[in-house]
Amino acid sequence: MWDITTFIFPYAITFTIPLLITSLGGLICERSGVVNIGLEGLMIIGSFASALFISKLYPVMGVSAIWFGLLVAAIAGAVFSMLHAFASINLNANQVISGTAINMIAGSLTVYFARFMTGSGNIQIVSGLGRYNIPVLSRIPIIGKLLFTQTYTTTWLILLILLGSWYLIYKMPFGLRLRSCGEHPEAADAAGVNVKLIRYIGVMFSGAFAGLGGALILVTYSGEFNGSVAGLGFLALAALIFGQWKPLGILGAAFFFGFASTLANVSQIVPALSQIPGLILKAFPYVVTLLALVFFSKSSRAPRAAGQPFEQGTR
Amino acid sequence: MKLKLPHMHRTMTVHLIAVFLGLAAGAVFMISTGNNPFAGYAYLFKGALMNYERIGNTLATATPLIFTGLSVAFAFNTGLFNIGASGQLLAGGLCATAVGLTVVLPKPLLLLLMLLAAIVGGGLWGFIPGFLKALFNVHEVVATIMMNWIAYWVVNYTVPAYFKGEFLETESRKIPDIASLRVPWLTELLDGSYLNLGFFIAIFVSLVIWVILKKTVLGYELKAAGFNRHAAEYAGMKVNRNIVLSMTIAGALAGIGGLSLYAGYAVNIQIGILPNQGFDGIAVSLLGANSPIGVLFTALFFGILHSGKGFMNAMTEIPPEIGETIIAILIYFAATKILIERFLDKMNTRFVNRISVQTGEVIEKGGN
Repeated sequence: MWDITTFIFPYAITFTIPLLITSLGGLICERSGVVNIGLEGLMIIGSFASALFISKLYPVMGVSAIWFGLLVAAIAGAVFSMLHAFASINLNANQVISGTAINMIAGSLTVYFARFMTGSGNIQIVSGLGRYNIPVLSRIPIIGKLLFTQTYTTTWLILLILLGSWYLIYKMPFGLRLRSCGEHPEAADAAGVNVKLIRYIGVMFSGAFAGLGGALILVTYSGEFNGSVAGLGFLALAALIFGQWKPLGILGAAFFFGFASTLANVSQIVPALSQIPGLILKAFPYVVTLLALVFFSKSSRAPRAAGQPFEQGTR
Repeated sequence: MKLKLPHMHRTMTVHLIAVFLGLAAGAVFMISTGNNPFAGYAYLFKGALMNYERIGNTLATATPLIFTGLSVAFAFNTGLFNIGASGQLLAGGLCATAVGLTVVLPKPLLLLLMLLAAIVGGGLWGFIPGFLKALFNVHEVVATIMMNWIAYWVVNYTVPAYFKGEFLETESRKIPDIASLRVPWLTELLDGSYLNLGFFIAIFVSLVIWVILKKTVLGYELKAAGFNRHAAEYAGMKVNRNIVLSMTIAGALAGIGGLSLYAGYAVNIQIGILPNQGFDGIAVSLLGANSPIGVLFTALFFGILHSGKGFMNAMTEIPPEIGETIIAILIYFAATKILIERFLDKMNTRFVNRISVQTGEVIEKGGN
């Protein structure tokens, strides 16, 4: 059993990290008062941009192409998310429709261009990031085997970003403004906060983080862009809700969901786990999110103004 | 002097401009891949309409879209946003396929039973979000998204376990002819097209939905709940019951769409796909102004985009995803149509001003 656990853990963490960073992007966006169900599409954009960049420049730049590819993915995601920001913030459009449009445009347009470039619609990268054991820490009993073996540098980078975001949201003036725009934009406006600007920044964070998430899938475990991220954007949305819009909450939720999905994935190749019903594990995140919504229906921590357009001058 | 267009005309103008802009954006993408957009669109429309067989295929492609469009539109009329049409379509399609593959009955009875199964499957997938909304005030958008993925995984595990295909793990067995909505006389009439009874069911159901919304007390109550929930409650209407009912009917509509997709247009159900038809349904409903008649025509237009793209791809270098891209951009334009409205208003006032200058007539500013 222990062997299986140590075998699964690195995979579960690898699977969780893209989920976590995307969910975190969604958190900052919703905390600013804009609902973003376009996370899936923004991940696809990130995956596409990094695949394109890495496949073209890896022969020239080597491994550094992967790191620049991640940066390019974040920028591409942020730029593309402006479509959602413009519709939601400037035009007071229905944010759910706009988010759906983001998902669909990303899913079709990237494959359109990928097919034009490669013929098959898939883009493969020569090499992704490598795994390694962290020197001293990996020899700590129990924890070392679970957390510090076979890790990616990006895992620690994302955890750092999570920590930084927590600090940003709760300990810095910007975070206070961000949260006030999501809870009571009229009050924030009266206090002199530029609500529209803050919301733009919130949406761009979600674009950049979701783009990064999509690129991480590419450079860690998939190695190929194929026009889809298999619903991970929606799983990130579920993690955001199950984590009750709190950074540590979504860390727990993302790992919980990531572990369940990984267990279902490996149960087909590990004989000892073949008895585990995959359906229950795969559907589990969505079912528990529905249950959480019911359970928290009276005390939900959802940002109160999320999804509502802000018009200056209303009270 | 009032030059403002009547409401219906104006909505249509806005939507037609949106469609034109969507096609223009598609043209830009065709140019960006080094293709001639005029040739591209010519082949697209030819591919969808050039002979009886292709027209039949276009109608068959449009059929599931009519159902999902009706589903989204019906919920919209009650002020509910159903983005779970994909999951409801899967649930209905799975139930219908299960009946079609296991039950042995004469064709008319079997089809009726499959229809019932599709309604039950899709209806259940709509009932749950409706119930959660009415009882616990869970937002239906989030609930239907979750239901989409639950349906995705249910299909993903149920089909290989119980209805595995002869050759592929990723699809179910082919349904027998007796369980298909395709009928020989129709197939022969249109030179072997996929057109099936589903299309006629779709027309009939559109009419029924139109009657429900326009002519019945139930429809009135549903719309009242959408316009102003509190007023409806105050007037003594059972708003909670109506929310559940509206979502259940919306789910059932998408469920029938699943029947028409997997047992009419196709001959089996695939796994690993959250069908796009559900999300296209949002665009169909929005561009069709949430009315059954509008849905019917928009779905036919989308059917052309989907069914002509294969021929276009064969005759030119344009990747077939241009069809999906145009539809996706149309959704964005539907969301941002306020821009088009503002533009129209501007043109309108300019037009009015010019006339008033010519005739020397004084009119109130901002007369609309």
